[in-house]
Amino acid sequence: MSALDDLRLGVKFAVNGGREGWTRTLLTAVGVGLGVALLLITSAIPNALTARDQRSAARGEFGGHSVEKAGPDTLLVGSFSTDFLDHPVQARMLRPEGPRAPLPPGLTAFPKPGELAVSPALKELMESGGGELLRKRLNGPVTAVIGDEGLLGPHELLYYQGSDDLAHRPGSTHRISSFQGVEQEGLDPVLLLLVLVACVVLLAPVAVLIAAAVRFGGDRRDRRLAALRLVGADGRMTRRIAAGEALAGALIGLAVGAGLFFAIRSTAGLITLERISVFPADLVPLPWVVLLICLAVPASGVLVTLLALRGVVIEPLGVVRTTKPVRRRLWWRLLLPAVGLALLLPMFGQGGDGGDFNRPQVIGGTALLLIGVTALLPWLVEAVVAQLGSGPVSWQLAVRRMQLSSGTAARTVNGIAVAVAGAIALQMLLSGITGRYTDDTGADTSRANMSLNLRPDSRAHNKAGELTERLAGIPGVARALAVDQAFLGGSSEASDVFSELTVGDCTALREFGAVTSCKDGDVFLTRGNETDGTSTPAGFRPGGRYYIDPTVGPTTGLALPWTLPTGMPTVESKEGPEGYRRGGILATPGAVPAAAREAYVRAIYVKFDGSVPDAPDLVRNAVYTADPLIHVSVLSETRTANRFEQIQRGMFAGAACVLLLIGASLLVSQLEQLRERKKLLAALVAFGTRRSTLGWSVLWQTAVPVTLGLALAIGVGVVLGMVLQRMTAVSVGIDWGPIAIMSGIAGGVVLLVTALSMPVLLRLMRPDGLRTE
Amino acid sequence: MSIGHTLLGLLEAGPRHGYDLKRAFDEKFGHDRPLHYGQVYSTMSRLLKNGLVEVDGTESGAGPERKRYAITDAGITDVEQWLAEPEKPEPYLQSTLYTKVVLALLTGRSADTLLDTQRAEHLRLMRILTDRKRGGDLADQLICDHALFHLEADLRWLELTAARLDRLATEIRR
Amino acid sequence: MSNQPPQNNTPGHAPAGSLLTATDLRKTYGTTAALDGAHFSIHPGEVVAVMGPSGSGKSTLLHCLAGIVTPDSGTLTYDGRDLSAMSDRERSALRRSEFGFVFQFGQLVPELTCVENVALPLRLAGTPRKDAERTALSWMERLEVDDLGPKRPGEVSGGQGQRVAVARALACGPRVLFADEPTGALDSLNGERVMQLLTEAARSTNAAVVLVTHEARVAAYSDREIVVRDGTSRDVSMEFTR
Repeated sequence: MSALDDLRLGVKFAVNGGREGWTRTLLTAVGVGLGVALLLITSAIPNALTARDQRSAARGEFGGHSVEKAGPDTLLVGSFSTDFLDHPVQARMLRPEGPRAPLPPGLTAFPKPGELAVSPALKELMESGGGELLRKRLNGPVTAVIGDEGLLGPHELLYYQGSDDLAHRPGSTHRISSFQGVEQEGLDPVLLLLVLVACVVLLAPVAVLIAAAVRFGGDRRDRRLAALRLVGADGRMTRRIAAGEALAGALIGLAVGAGLFFAIRSTAGLITLERISVFPADLVPLPWVVLLICLAVPASGVLVTLLALRGVVIEPLGVVRTTKPVRRRLWWRLLLPAVGLALLLPMFGQGGDGGDFNRPQVIGGTALLLIGVTALLPWLVEAVVAQLGSGPVSWQLAVRRMQLSSGTAARTVNGIAVAVAGAIALQMLLSGITGRYTDDTGADTSRANMSLNLRPDSRAHNKAGELTERLAGIPGVARALAVDQAFLGGSSEASDVFSELTVGDCTALREFGAVTSCKDGDVFLTRGNETDGTSTPAGFRPGGRYYIDPTVGPTTGLALPWTLPTGMPTVESKEGPEGYRRGGILATPGAVPAAAREAYVRAIYVKFDGSVPDAPDLVRNAVYTADPLIHVSVLSETRTANRFEQIQRGMFAGAACVLLLIGASLLVSQLEQLRERKKLLAALVAFGTRRSTLGWSVLWQTAVPVTLGLALAIGVGVVLGMVLQRMTAVSVGIDWGPIAIMSGIAGGVVLLVTALSMPVLLRLMRPDGLRTE
Repeated sequence: MSIGHTLLGLLEAGPRHGYDLKRAFDEKFGHDRPLHYGQVYSTMSRLLKNGLVEVDGTESGAGPERKRYAITDAGITDVEQWLAEPEKPEPYLQSTLYTKVVLALLTGRSADTLLDTQRAEHLRLMRILTDRKRGGDLADQLICDHALFHLEADLRWLELTAARLDRLATEIRR
Repeated sequence: MSNQPPQNNTPGHAPAGSLLTATDLRKTYGTTAALDGAHFSIHPGEVVAVMGPSGSGKSTLLHCLAGIVTPDSGTLTYDGRDLSAMSDRERSALRRSEFGFVFQFGQLVPELTCVENVALPLRLAGTPRKDAERTALSWMERLEVDDLGPKRPGEVSGGQGQRVAVARALACGPRVLFADEPTGALDSLNGERVMQLLTEAARSTNAAVVLVTHEARVAAYSDREIVVRDGTSRDVSMEFTR
């Protein structure tokens, strides 16, 4: 027989070996398939993001040259966003100024003035029951749906509205002759680190799983190979046949993986993560990665099989394990995590100075640390199990069994340990980063929940008073507070004396300074503000001459001269509703020249009483009617706190899936082991062993290695987590909550596996097992 | 092997001439050693004398005198006793046992019972030998083992025969 | 332990002084009848061989007698108690304390040492580990395998392993020892030795032995034999030798 024939025979055994052969092949295929699917998805994500970036660039208005004058090929674009409920909606006002104005991608024609072209997701939102306020706000007929090529993802909320009165306002509108985006900013190094670590953390247990999957049913296969030796196969041939079997499992696994990938991909359009959704068509794995997977997975399957057969001599009459089990040595097992640590240590603190991390170094270090778990665990299990002493019979049975084959016990929990260690490290990194990216905004939501600014070029600028009154009259609004802001300088151009001027009635001024007695016409000098960096209001003298809105930078200011009154009390400045202290001068409207009004940025603060849930959107609608380009901000005490929540939840879900997967493989090997001991179990029951004794012994057999695996995983996970925290220069801390959750999930998996193997155990304990044939 | 009992058993199926008896015996039991005609006659006359058979009729012809023999009730009892009584276990008694089994099947008696009886008798002797072995020296043990192995072989043959009685019965009655 | 006198309140249909009696046992697996009206009885200290061709129902009879399998019908009395009326828990307890078992193979727990294996039934019955292992060792001495104590079953020969199994079966002081082809996997010499030790040890403790075998030389160690054929048993020796 040629080598190829042997391989073919092995493949035949794998697919043709009766029910048992099939089960084994199927399990291997599913294990490998899940791993392959995960690999494919991971490799497809960069592509999806690239496609997204490309589409974003194709419709951007910032990258092209802005055109000064209207022409036949120019388009006036007003970009803004408006929030509806919790959804940010991207919006663009379009006013073509000539017949050759550039059309944004996804549109076939410009919407006529007032008409709307909306994305499918926005259309759905508008047509839903709760979309009434949104429909009112946009106030126009939907005449077109934006095509996929104009969207970043299937769930993007976006609309274009035609306009005939949009005026060119530098800062809020752009005049362009072609769409072109700006280069996307690279990922924050810390976020990049997070992504890299997440990938390694998810993939490491998958690698362990694939390695375990190709070994499913190995004992049985060895015996079958022994039977082949009996009819004349030599040692080489049996190895090739075994390789053929592994190859078959891995190849079917590849097919399963591809199928799973397409299945997951087709549902990708349904998922929105971090407000990012991707088109299934964009999820295309990199070709070289596909090629690599197609080659590496079968190759590693064969390799693992051959490695496992290395210590085994298959004789015609049975299987002999030649290598006398040598005591496991510790030093080389420590080498892996040590090298991993050594790779990571030099990167301490880099995240703090915004430096980039060396990707291979991060991946290598993290992977080595995690894989180190699989090297350390067999040693640990062996060392601990050897020390375990007496106890009840069930304990004795379990301990002795583990002492005899601690390798098997360790192998099955390797996956769990790696998954848990990785998840804990990732969790620690996440909570560290969350702390860093979440800051206390200082906003005082007891004073205001929303704020908006009317810039001088807003069409509602001179109607701020009316708008404030209208907002105050909306049901659910407790009060609306208006205040005007401008800058005050020591000369008509940039000078050292420079601070803020805040204009409002006495009620409004009391929000920003410790104003006690106040009447229209009063002016106050503040102290203790932050914005000018001085604690004393140096430079502003009562009776001095100053300029409102001096010319600073390219734009020409009003530079309106103003003399400060002589009787000007100094008051302590106070944090405004948005959370910072204003500096300079607080003035009542009567004290400031009326002409200064043109330079004001008019801020309105809205406070809700909580009685009307729709109040925020009613406010937005009112503001939108006044000027759609005004952005209404929601004040919250912390910012970006929920940014990582989804990632965190996703990570727990992913870890739970990986653990379940490993639980399934644990169950398979457990059942196989039990079946092998059918006769023994029946004999034990015959002489009166309680079923519970055997049940407990099965539980111990799973629980002991899993406990050890968890302990090791927590240790390695915490070390890795702390290293990662130090790398990102966040304060080092251990978060026990996630550790408890992960341990709980792992413990649950153990119980589940034991519970699921109970029916089989009970069945095997029936006296049928005593029958010799 | 008792030729007398065998011939008696053959007669149970119905009266036969001496020559027929010889042919039937040779066909069923005398594969390697056919019976002499004289043996048949001397045996038959002994049986006649003991009242186990009777002459059913005589035909005169060209050849020798041809008597037809029939079995008597006493003859039937005699066959029955012979079949029920276990043979003394000793090596090489297959031929006797075989004859007995065939005759039992031919005459419609239970061959199972015959085999069970024989097994019990063999085991009885084997128990005695095993007991002797327990107390005896090595020579004793070896002698006993020799006998035990032979007896075991007999028993194995008995089991095998028992397992194939049905087939044997159809083949014999053909 | 096991030497209490047989009780006299045995049900009427059981032979007088019988320790374990079965009448008209029937057991069907699926559609095949494994037992079809089997009778059996054994006295304390008696060795009874159960013989018959393979597939005749020998092992099923043993499993029924030992309370491992519940017969579909028939009566089963042990020491005046109705075995078929007992719960699984009670029967397990009975097997732990009153019965001992030796099978052909696959009965020693491979990861326990020999002495731990022998001590196992005692420990299951609640004897502390030290005491159990001391008793176990004394039984191993009687079966001439006390030097195997710390070895694992995988490291001893078939004959030695079977002697360890016999020691284990006897360690808890059973009143009935069930042996299913105990020498089936052994050569003649080892088989003889095991049978000799087994019957001697059983006799010394007045334990009854139910010996399932198809080998006449093994059956020759019995006091009498019964033959099972097609699920029915014949107490041949009762009729012809007693």
